[in-house]
Amino acid sequence: MRNLGSLEQPKPVGPLKVGDAKAMRDAYGETLVALGAKDKNVVVLDADLSGSTKTGLFAKKFPDRFFNFGIAEQNMLGAATGLALSGKTVFASTFAMFATTRALDQFRNALAFSKANVKVVVTHAGLMTGPDGASHQSLEDLAVARTLPNLTVIAPADAVETSQVIELAARERGPFYVRLVREKTPLLYDEKYRFKLGKASVLQDGRDLMVFAIGPMVAEALKARGLLKAQGFDIGVVNTASIKPFDAQTVVKYAKRDGFLFTVEDHSVLGGLGSVVCEVLAREQPAYVYRHGTHDLFGESGESKPLYKKYELDAEGIALHVKKALTYKQKVLRR
Amino acid sequence: MSETRVQLIERLKKIAHRMRVHILNMTYWANSGHPGGSMSATDIVATLYFHQMKHDPQNPKWADRDRFVLSKGHCTPVLYAALAEAGYIPVEELKTFRQVNSRLQGHPNLLKCPGVEASTGTLGQGLSMAVGMALAAKLDQKPWRVYCMLGDGESQEGQIWEAAMSAAHYKLDNLVAILDWNKFQIDGAVENVMNIMPMLDKFKAFGWNVAEIDGHDYNQILDVLEKAESSGQRPFFIQANTSKGKGVSFTQDKGDYHGRALTKEEMQRAMTELGEKFG
Repeated sequence: MRNLGSLEQPKPVGPLKVGDAKAMRDAYGETLVALGAKDKNVVVLDADLSGSTKTGLFAKKFPDRFFNFGIAEQNMLGAATGLALSGKTVFASTFAMFATTRALDQFRNALAFSKANVKVVVTHAGLMTGPDGASHQSLEDLAVARTLPNLTVIAPADAVETSQVIELAARERGPFYVRLVREKTPLLYDEKYRFKLGKASVLQDGRDLMVFAIGPMVAEALKARGLLKAQGFDIGVVNTASIKPFDAQTVVKYAKRDGFLFTVEDHSVLGGLGSVVCEVLAREQPAYVYRHGTHDLFGESGESKPLYKKYELDAEGIALHVKKALTYKQKVLRR
Repeated sequence: MSETRVQLIERLKKIAHRMRVHILNMTYWANSGHPGGSMSATDIVATLYFHQMKHDPQNPKWADRDRFVLSKGHCTPVLYAALAEAGYIPVEELKTFRQVNSRLQGHPNLLKCPGVEASTGTLGQGLSMAVGMALAAKLDQKPWRVYCMLGDGESQEGQIWEAAMSAAHYKLDNLVAILDWNKFQIDGAVENVMNIMPMLDKFKAFGWNVAEIDGHDYNQILDVLEKAESSGQRPFFIQANTSKGKGVSFTQDKGDYHGRALTKEEMQRAMTELGEKFG
C-alpha cells in the first residue's frame, strides 16, 4: 500500500480574494491534480511526506502515476531523473532541507547535470517549518539550489503565484526548484496576475526605500509598509520570486534611483536573495544593500509566528530593520 | 542463415578483443582513466551491446530501445569502446578520451555523447536512474528493458540499497543489475576496505531474483541474460565473477590497474601479447 500520510482533504471554499489566507502547498497539490488530468505524461514522486507536501492529492486521483519512494530522497531524485530521461514530466517533492542537502549529490550529478525534466517542488522551507526545529528547517536551500547549473529556481510569494509557477514548470522543459512554505499565507494576487520567469513583480513603489522580498516575506513586507506608513515612512515592495533567472534590471533601476536597497528573506543572508542582489549590483550599479534574513545560524523549535517574531522576520521585525536601514542610509549617503 | 551459438560466441570474442585494445589505447593516450574495471566488464558489455540489447546506433534516441546504465561510471573506456564498435561514435574519436572539448568525458555525459543513457560518476547513482527508466517502461506498457552495471566498491554506497529496495517494491522485472565482482577498489581488495559480500544473499533478501556466473564465460553470460528476461515480477541481480584487468596476463587480477594507464613498456608487452601493433 502506498502511504498517503496524514492526508487532509482541502475544505471546499468559495473563490478566494486578495488578503485571504491559503497555503502554497495546497495550491501545489490542486495544480498537480489539474495537470494530471490534462497530461498523462505527468508523474509525481514523494518520499513519505505526501500528506505534508500535498502530492497526496495527486496520489489519490492518479495512483498509477504516483510513486512513493519511502524515506529515501537520494533514490527518489535518481529515479526521478531516470523517469524524465524516458520522457516523463516528473514532479518530485519532499521538504526543502532533504532535497537540497540530504540528496544534493543526486540533485547535482543526476538531475541537474542531465538537464532532466524534473520539477523538485519542496515545502517547509525556512523558519516557517515551525516546531520541528533546526533539523527540518531550511535556511540554506536557495544558496545551494542556485549554484546548480541548468536549474531554474523560484520561490513564489502566495498560492496564486504558486499555481502559475507549477503550470509554467510543467510547460517548460528542464529542471526546476520551487520553494514553498508550510503555513497559510495571504493571497497577494488575483487570477489576473501573470508570473513571468526572470521578472520581479513590483507591488508598491516607495519614496524612502525599496524592499526586495521573497516567498512569505513579501506579505510581511507589505504589512510592514502599512505599519511604517502610519509612522510617516514610505517604502516600496518588490516580489523577487524568480531567483534564477533573476531580474537584474529592476534591481539596477532602483539602485540607480535610490543608491540603497533592502532585502528580506526567510533564509540565510549567505547565498540567498541578499547575495543575489549584491552580486548584480557589484557588477552593474554599486549601491548599499541592507540584508535582512537569518545570519549564519541554525533555527530552533517554535510555532512560526513566535519564531518570526524572535528572528524579526514578521512585519514588526521588518519595520524595525527598515528603520535601522534608513538611519544607516542617511549616514552613508550623506558622506 | 541464423548464427549458431558457437558462431555467436566467436563473434562476441572478436569484438571483446577489439574493445580491450581500445580500452588500453584510450587510457594510454589519455594517460589516465580506469582500464582494470573496464577490462573486467568487457565480455558482459560486449554481449549486451552486440547480442542482448535492442538498440539502433543510427537512431540513438529510438524510444523503444533497451537501456544500458553504467553505474560504475569511471569505467567509461568499456562503454566508449562498445559505442565505437557499434557505430555510435567513430573509432578515431577514442583518441580524444578525457581531452578538452571531447564528447568522451572521463565519466559518462549523456548530453555530450550519443548512446550514453545516464550521466554517472559519483558512485551509487546509476541504479536509481535505472529504476526510474524501468518504471517509465512499465507505465507506458513498453517491452524495453534496462541493464545496469554495478561496481563492487560502488555497492558500499547506501543509495544502491535504497534503489534495490524500490526496484523490488515496484516489481521491476524489466530491470537487470549486473555486479562486476572484480574484487578491487582504489584502496585495495574490496574485502579489506569494506566487505560487501554476500551480495547474492543481500539482493535475494531485498526481493530480487539472483544468479551467479563467471563473467568471462560467454555461455554463462548468454544463458543468464536470457533467463533474466522472464523474472516474474522481480528485478534480476547477476553476480558476475570477473578478473580485474582481464585479457592481459600481467594486468589480470591486479588492483594496481584500477585507476592508472599502462606505461609505454607495459603497453608494448600488452599489445604483443594481444597480437596487436603498438605505436
